[in-house]
Amino acid sequence: MNLASKSFVLALFVTGGSVALPAMAADPASARNLAATCFTCHGTDGHSVGGVPPSLAGQNKSYLLQQMKDFKAGKRPATIMQQNAKGYTDEQLDLIAGYFASIKPGPATPAPRAGY
Amino acid sequence: MAITRREFIKWVSVTAGATAVAGCATTGAGGAAGRVVVVGAGYGGATAAKYIKMWAPDIDVTVVERGTGFISCPMSNLVLGGNATMQDLTLNYDGLRNRGVRVVSGEVVAIDAVKREVRLADGSTLGYDRVIVSPGIDFMYGQIPGLASAEAQNRILHAWKAGPQTAALRKQLEAMPDGGVYVLHMPMMPYRCPPGPYERVCQVADYFKKSKPKSKIIMLDSNPDIVSKKGLFLAAWNGMYKGMIDYRPNSELADVDVKGMTIKLQFDSVKGDVLNVVPPQKAGAIAEKSGLITANNRWCGVDWLTCESVAIKGVHVIGDATLSASAMPKSASMANQQAKVCSAAVIALIKGQPVNPQPMLMNSCYSFVSGRSAMHVTSLHHYDAGQKTLVPVKGAGGVSAQASEAEADFAWGWAKNIWADSLA
Repeated sequence: MNLASKSFVLALFVTGGSVALPAMAADPASARNLAATCFTCHGTDGHSVGGVPPSLAGQNKSYLLQQMKDFKAGKRPATIMQQNAKGYTDEQLDLIAGYFASIKPGPATPAPRAGY
Repeated sequence: MAITRREFIKWVSVTAGATAVAGCATTGAGGAAGRVVVVGAGYGGATAAKYIKMWAPDIDVTVVERGTGFISCPMSNLVLGGNATMQDLTLNYDGLRNRGVRVVSGEVVAIDAVKREVRLADGSTLGYDRVIVSPGIDFMYGQIPGLASAEAQNRILHAWKAGPQTAALRKQLEAMPDGGVYVLHMPMMPYRCPPGPYERVCQVADYFKKSKPKSKIIMLDSNPDIVSKKGLFLAAWNGMYKGMIDYRPNSELADVDVKGMTIKLQFDSVKGDVLNVVPPQKAGAIAEKSGLITANNRWCGVDWLTCESVAIKGVHVIGDATLSASAMPKSASMANQQAKVCSAAVIALIKGQPVNPQPMLMNSCYSFVSGRSAMHVTSLHHYDAGQKTLVPVKGAGGVSAQASEAEADFAWGWAKNIWADSLA
């Protein structure tokens, strides 16, 4: 068990078993698991193979967070992101933005082709 | 929202139980933290193998695949329209190997949940601490007497698993004379890829419009109505393909007369020059052999926190073979996302860490109405602790305003990224 999960357990004991969920933010895996819902379209860890959907790896956290909030509020027009961003709370969007900001930008590895 | 005392106690006991498993695992895996075997390397299985290795390099991961390579079902309708080639869809498993996943070519014929090992057709066995079964679908030909023989099945194609049948159906369409009739029959939901049939009709229409303009399409749908992206497909059928497509809902199949090239419905018969019959579907055969089917003799029930089978401990099931939770389609996108939830949970269980109590999944699928125009459907799903299952996130998701060339670019970008995300 990593240190973050240990302190989460400790927090639960101290408060007697009723803890607001933002305490989960202490677990780095929760940001990773949320961001992983984006990987299917934007590439693993946000490294996109093509130009679209764009790479998210290494983008500035506050910029990313603002874009997602603008999609969610309908302020930034899009084909699909205005519908997807509505699926997350602002706290979840913050975790997602933080995760991609923590990843080093770089090229993606495409899936290798085979002869048919 | 808060974690109650009861949930907390459950959460701790899950953790404690998994620690004991991890203890066994360490002794059996030659220094590895544990051993995971993945059965099937389609979208679900390949993604699970990759993510367990990527998120926990100290876990030993073996994936067993009976096919020779990976052929993508998404984008395969484009081959029927002449808008993509089989080569475009055919990928290999070198990316998984490069990540340290052991890729075994073979077929799993049994899962022994007591000994914790899988047995392959060649008699060899692979031990596991947790096994992830991603078998996809099998076809229920037993309901169609006329298609009982292999010969009949090779003549009247489904092309609902991308591969040789996709290429063969394209050849049948190419060989059909102009003025001919293509008939597609679809079973009742649930089946793999809800928007797939309507996209297929669009692709065949795109081909006919360009190369065989006197030809017609009849779609016989067992369902009472178009089940996905209805308005968007109707816009194409009543617009660019006006007069080409005859859509007939409530058309349940009785049988197929192969010699007479006729589809028999309850009260009607429909003759065609190319018949494309997609049979009803169920979880792949290994799921049935292993006792994993728990719903309607067809699908595998799972605990959506972990994707662990509700029937057999230590065995997880993902992808099209699962009994879908509310509004969850059987799709590549969903299999890829289930694989990530399952991977995170399997790692946590092996290492004695808490399982994520709030998994989230997104499903985004594109359909092409022609070679250059596509549209999407998207939905989000989160875990409801009260109902103990995944439910759609209210107010999120939706479909395209209209099909467009911009979304066709996104669709190809989506394909390249999900291929890389699952396989590289």
